[in-house]
Order: sequence, then C-alpha cells, then structure tokens
Amino acid sequence: MEKPLLSIRQLTVDFKADSGDFRAVDGLSFDIPKGKTVALVGESGSGKSVTAQAILQILPKKAHLSGGSIVFNDPAGTAPLDIAEIGAESDAMHALRGGRIAMIFQEPMTSLSPLHTIGDQIGEALVIHARVGRAEAGKRTMEVLARVGFPDPRRALRTYPFELSGGLRQRAMIAMALITRPALLIADEPTTALDVTTQAQILDLIKELQAETGMSVLLITHDLGVVANVADEVVVMYRGRVMEAGSREDIFRNPQHPYLQALMRAVPRFDMGEDERLRPIREVKSATLARVHAPERPEPKGPILKAEGLTKCFTLRSGWFSGKTRTIHAVNDVNLTLPAGRTLGLVGESGCGKTTVSKMIMRAMQPDAGQVIFDDGTGPRNVFELDGDALTAYRRSVQFIFQDPFSSLNPRMTVYEILTEPLRIHNIGTPDQRYERVKQLLDMVGLDQRSLRRYPHSFSGGQRQRLGIARALALEPRVLLCDEPVSALDVSVQAQVLNLLKDLQSALGLSYIFVSHNLAVVDYIADTIAVMCRGYIVEEAPKTSLFRNPVHPYTQALLAAVPDPDIDHPLDFDKLRTDRFSHPSEWPEPFRLVEGEAGLMKEIEPGHRVRLGSHRALEAA
Amino acid sequence: MIRFLLRRLVTMCVTLLIISALVFFIIKLPPGDFLTNQIAELRAQGESASIAKAEFLIQQYGLDEPAWQQYLVWIGVMPGPNGFSGLLQGDWGWSFEFDRPVAEVVGDALWLTLLVNLAVVIFIHVVSIPIAIYSATRQYSVGDYIATFIGYIGLATPSFLLALILLYYMNRWFGVSIGGLYDAQYAGEPWTWDKTKSLLSHLIVPTLVIGLSGTAAMIRRMRANLLDELGKQYYVTAKAKGLPPGKALLKYPFRMSLNPFIADIGNLLPHLISGSVLVSLVLSLPTVGPILLGALKSQDQFLAGFILMFVAVLTVIGMMVSDLLLALLDPRIRLGGSR
Repeated sequence: MEKPLLSIRQLTVDFKADSGDFRAVDGLSFDIPKGKTVALVGESGSGKSVTAQAILQILPKKAHLSGGSIVFNDPAGTAPLDIAEIGAESDAMHALRGGRIAMIFQEPMTSLSPLHTIGDQIGEALVIHARVGRAEAGKRTMEVLARVGFPDPRRALRTYPFELSGGLRQRAMIAMALITRPALLIADEPTTALDVTTQAQILDLIKELQAETGMSVLLITHDLGVVANVADEVVVMYRGRVMEAGSREDIFRNPQHPYLQALMRAVPRFDMGEDERLRPIREVKSATLARVHAPERPEPKGPILKAEGLTKCFTLRSGWFSGKTRTIHAVNDVNLTLPAGRTLGLVGESGCGKTTVSKMIMRAMQPDAGQVIFDDGTGPRNVFELDGDALTAYRRSVQFIFQDPFSSLNPRMTVYEILTEPLRIHNIGTPDQRYERVKQLLDMVGLDQRSLRRYPHSFSGGQRQRLGIARALALEPRVLLCDEPVSALDVSVQAQVLNLLKDLQSALGLSYIFVSHNLAVVDYIADTIAVMCRGYIVEEAPKTSLFRNPVHPYTQALLAAVPDPDIDHPLDFDKLRTDRFSHPSEWPEPFRLVEGEAGLMKEIEPGHRVRLGSHRALEAA
Repeated sequence: MIRFLLRRLVTMCVTLLIISALVFFIIKLPPGDFLTNQIAELRAQGESASIAKAEFLIQQYGLDEPAWQQYLVWIGVMPGPNGFSGLLQGDWGWSFEFDRPVAEVVGDALWLTLLVNLAVVIFIHVVSIPIAIYSATRQYSVGDYIATFIGYIGLATPSFLLALILLYYMNRWFGVSIGGLYDAQYAGEPWTWDKTKSLLSHLIVPTLVIGLSGTAAMIRRMRANLLDELGKQYYVTAKAKGLPPGKALLKYPFRMSLNPFIADIGNLLPHLISGSVLVSLVLSLPTVGPILLGALKSQDQFLAGFILMFVAVLTVIGMMVSDLLLALLDPRIRLGGSR
C-alpha cells in the first residue's frame, strides 16, 4: 500500500494557561492519503484548529507540542520528515510552510493584510519558496488569480483586500496557498464566513484544483453538510481525541459513536417533520420556562408589525480624494407582514439589505419612503411618527438579538449589570424586583443563577448568545428581531439556541423576525419566509410551499447551494457554476427586472408571492 | 487629489486666520501694553526724552488705535502708519523689549529650535521603535520587564530635574559645560565648521533630556499597538506562508502599528516646542521657548504673537503632512470611503 502523505501518530499538544495546564490534543492519530480530502470534524474547542497549527508549527506561544509524530512523505522530496522533530523556526520548516504545506483560514478579511495589495501578498509566497524574480512572480500570480476565477487578474494584482467581496477574498487566499503548488492544503473552516452560494463555489474550486494538482486537502469544519459533499475520509474529534474515523460512506451511512450520532441529529434538515425538534448534544434545562406565561395585555387584531413600501438609498463616496458619488438602492419597496406569535424568516446573501430592513423596523434608521406599522392591541400606528412616551413604549416592545455574541456584550459589565440595564433605562421596578427579574430571566434561558457576578468573557459563545437573548427579554417585548443569531455558533450550540427561541416563543407569545443566510435554519424556525436579493423581496411564502415549490430562479439557486448532510443529495456543482441569479438583470423572463424597475409581486398560490418584471405582470393582469 | 489639496489649503488658511485673531486678542486681554507700562514707569522717574521715544513708538505702531484695527494692521490686511506692512507682507513687527525687529530677535533661535526638536523626534523614534519591537515580541520576558521599568522611570522623571543633574555631573566628571547650544566663544560668530561641531556636541544632552519622556511614552504605546497586531490573523497567514518571523513582523504588524504615530506628527511639533521650555531655561538653550515666555510676561505683543503664530503654522502644516502620509501609506484611507 502506498504510504500516506501525512501520518499523525499519538500527537499531543498542551496549553499553559493561568488556570492550569490543559491538553488540547490528546493522543491523536490519523492519516492523510495522497490526493484525497480528509475532513476533521468537531465542535469549537475540540482541537481541530490546534491540530492544523501543529502540522504547520504555528502554534500560539502558550501551546507546545509535547509528544507524538507528524510524518510528512513529500512526493517531491526524498526521505520522510517528522515535523514534530524539527524546530519551528528551522530552515526545513520555513521551506515546508507555505511551500509544501499551505493553509487557508476562516476569515478571509482578517487573514489578508489590509495595507498590501493582493498581488504583493500572493506573489510573496512564490518569492519566498521558488526564488523567482519580481516580473516572473507577477506573471505567475496573474495566472493563479485567473485560475481561481478573478474576472480581471491584471487589475486584481493591484487591488486591496477591502475592495473585494468575501468570496473573492477567499479566492485570493486560495491563490496564495496554491501558487507554490503544495502537496497538502489545510483549509480551516474555509467557507464558514461565506454565503451559501459563495460557499458552494469555493468548495467547487477547491475540488477542481485538487483534481488538477493531485494535492491532498485537510478540511477542518463543523458543517456536516460540507463534509458530506467534499470529503473522502472523515475524522470526528471531541476534546482532542478521535471519536470515530472512516470513509465518508461509513461515517454517514453507519455512524457508530454516540457523539457522532448526536452531532448528526443536531443539524437542521429540510426534510424534518412539522413538530420534529432538533436534539442538541447537551440539552439545556430551564426549571421555570414551562411555567411562565405571556403577560396579560391586549392582543392586536391584525398583524403585530407591518412594513409597507420601505425604501432606502445610500450615497457612497468612491474615494477620499475624488468627489464622485454613487447611489445604491439598499432596500427597494419592501413589504412584510408579521402576524402576532409567528416567525417571519428573512433570507438572502450578505449585502442584500436584510440588516437595513431590520434597522428600519427598529427605527434605528430612517427610510427614504414607506412606513412601519406596529399594533400593540390599541390599534395600528406608524412607527416613524411615534414620539415621547409612545416611542419609549415601542422601544420596550421591539428588542434586538445580535449576530456576534462576543462583541454585543460589554466586557466591563457583569451579567447582573447587563441584564438590569434595560430595566434601569426604562425605570422599571425597585432594585429588589429587578434582582428577582434577572434571576427569572437567567433561568428562562437555562443559565445558572450563580453566574450573576461573572463577566461575559467567562462564558462560551452559546452561553453568551443566551445572555443576549435574556437581555432582549428583560423588557417583556412583543417582537424580537434576530439578526443571524446562530451563524457564529457551532451546530450543537446552534440547536440549543434555536430550541430555546422556539420554547420562548410558545411560552411568551413572542413574534420573531429572523434574519439569516442559512436556509435550513430559517426552515426550522420560521412560519413564513421572505427571500431578499439586491434590496428586493423576490419571493415570499409559507415555509412549506416555499421549499416544496420554489418559483423564483434566485430562490432555486439559493436552495440548490445548501449542502445537505446526506450523501445521497450531493450538491450539483455543474448547475451552481452556471446559474447564480444574484443580480436582477440575470433573471430569465418573466422575472427579469430592467434597471430602475421594481416589478410587481404576484400571488401564485395562497400566501405565496413572486416578483415579476412589471410588463409581464401587467400582461398577466 | 488636487481638489482635496485645494480644499485642505483653504481650510488651513481659515484655521490660521482664526488662530491669529485668538492669539492677538488674548495677548491684548490684560490692560495696557508694553509701552504704556514703560511710559508709566518712566514718568515716575521723570525721564522726558525716553518718554518722547516711547510715545513716538506708540504712534508708529498705532498702539493708540482700537484693538481690531491693530489686529488688521498686524496681519497686514489694513494699511497702518507705514502702509500695508504685516505678517502677510513678511514684516513680523518690532520687539519693544529688545528694541529690535522681531525677525532679528527670533532669527537664529527659530532654526535652532527646529534643529533641536528634529533631533529629539529622530532620537525618540530611533530608540523607542527597536525597544518596543523587542519587548512586544518577547512579552513578559526579563528584557520586556527591564524595558518597561526603564520606561516608567523615564516617564516619571521631570525633564528639568534630569537636566540639572546632568549639568552638574557632566561638569564635575568630564569638565564639560553643557549649557547653551555651542561654546560661548562662538556666540554671534558666523557659521563655521568648528561652530557646527560645537553645536553637534552640545546637542546630545538636550536631545536626551527632552526626548526621554517621549521615548518612554512611545515605547509603551508602540508595544501595546504591536501586541494588538501580533494577535491578528494576517500575521499567522504571513507565517503560514513561510516568511521568517522577523521579516513577517516588519512587513505586516509593524507597518499596521505605525498608523497612530503618523497621525500624531501634527501634534508632535508644537508639543515639543512648548514642552521643552523648562529644559531650555535650565540648559540656557537659545531656543524660542524662553523668548516666548519672556515676551508673554512683558506683554511684548508682536514678539509673542509672532512666535505663537509660528507654532500654529507648524501645527497646521504638520497635520496636513500626517494626513497626506496616512493616505499614502494606508490604502484604506486612500481608496476607502465606500465602507
């Protein structure tokens, strides 16, 4: 049998921390065969990234490799080399790093230096390893940029990372890793920060390049959908140990280890039953949630919240020194209806205007046209005309849950201060009553009451997101705006938070607007789904009919790009390559919108509406 | 680009105009002026000849006119007794205290001040940047602690005290007099090679004394900035590319951590001039600091006004330079704006 490209045996990595030593990787062993993709799967903290850093010897200062071997059989080199034996800053390691083993990272924005051009950063890798001149490096950089799909590689050489979209930045990272033709590519969550459609393209690109160059890929991810689509072999890690390893077939058809089975149950799928619940790996228990009731208050007769004809334009200055400006329509004639006690899902790629819509609903931003109607049971009123006490009451009724649980909590405030702040601002209750309320809130979200005196940094991502939810609930709101609340979380934690949101909704009678780019998540939690693209709502329907019968080409493309954790439903990369439909002018008739045209929404079945080009809609009428 | 420059130039002029008005009226705020005070003194002594001269000067410089008229004449947009002759025309006015034109009084001092301060700025950067890089890359090592400790001492030592101590011991141990910027024999002499050599050797101690606290502060800030940048993902990327640590450090995190310092250039120049007054007094450096102090005390309005305007011009130009440098070095500023 051919020797594997990389074989890791009994790898152990220890961290020195203030709270004592801690073993991040504990006796890990696995092989990466030549030309194959091995997926390393696990939750955050399972030691996947540390393993990758150990292979490249770029471990953080506090970590050190305390045992085991990492044998690299370079097909181009001579003798097998044990990476664990050589020094991190030795010449051999410098030559290996970036030359024979390259790595791409999760966040393409922060992984590239904002001060250097793409061409400089990519060409640098070649200059270090191949000893080529500047002109030659420029030429090769252009070739590799063209290969990874840059539309204008000559121009791309001189562009800076911040001028590119997330997808192009990740392509630039891939170009940087591949310009030296490495034998092994380590991809650490390469698509987690990207939209589904972009994710599908990047995965496709990695697969293609692998077929071309015959390199091996170590794919680190927590997304089982991605694994099912691109991996040949799968290694499941938990707390630094291998739980289960095997071929993709074995892992998905016949998962043995309870941890792996639990991980698979935690992923939301499209074919879930109406009342089927996700089962997180660790269930969060709340003693009081089952007993709490919605506060007694008048209920609205119609929808609780309505957006009518919301429109917002932004004016961009195209540079510091030029006076040129450009207007973009971030939100175009958006109409939304949120019935009381239900969930409205808002789906779309980044930059489609979902966050702008939620900000306008919060009245954190003034629309150019349109109104938001809120009905608290006393009759519908336009939110933008509220002032004084009525506005304060509206602020109480509508609360926000943020995407990033790390930056949305003030690190200098204790949990108690964070949770009582809304009460203090609105002058509710005596200190004793507030204390009782905070204890109740903590229990509702399944956190221990002893955590009141702790600071946010001592909580995990999922716990912090639950703190964010508790803070939003403090004022007994009627509507919660959730802006990508689970996209920064692991699958298992994601399942916890989604279940919590569902339970809170049924217990407290809350209405949600749930903004996300993950269709499976929206499918799990929402009742009605609106799909947004370039500021337009292109399709809106109850979730069953949207997923059963997606009509708009953009919705179809979005659905087709979601990787399913089921190896019988692989992504159709060929179709994804050709049809993206992310711009109105690419849509086929009758959906095409010409410049400056808004089109019309047409109802095709009860509650299911699709945007058509306006002349088509007129013809139909 | 050109539009931007023009816009900046116009705002600079407006800023300077406002500053000049403020400077002038604040100097004028206390009752009386240098000459009326002097006349009162002379009257008491009964010296009529000097009184006549003082009264002639009052006429000459229009000190009997209302303040706003004096201001307009001073900046040179209104004809005075000698026609249009003010800052705009290059006439910096008359120093009553020294009884000489301001240009003569300030003359050499101006350029020596710039020289000393330039030396200080260079000293600060040359010394603090390597130390900062050392202590940031070896955080919590012995060397880092030593650098930090010395830095704190540097911050906590009053510079005039250090000047006094050095003055005493340099003389006692080496027999060197370090007062002044050149040996006494060269005062008033034309610039020769020997005078320049003397100047350079005298520059060492003032540079050290004035620059010490700045160096300490800079080490602390640079270290903190670098530590922030060292944790960033792009530095890991650079290392994963195979760059040796030293090269990777200089090309990426170091470059990023420079931004706040470039933005600071505008503040640095005036701060150094006003900040070094005490040291200049102690070391009897012929810089503008002590002259300014004297002029303000005796209400020598044209002299004080000119020096303050000079500092203002330096500040405004420094700001402009730092803005341009930032745009040059940081593409996000040059090309950004859309996000």
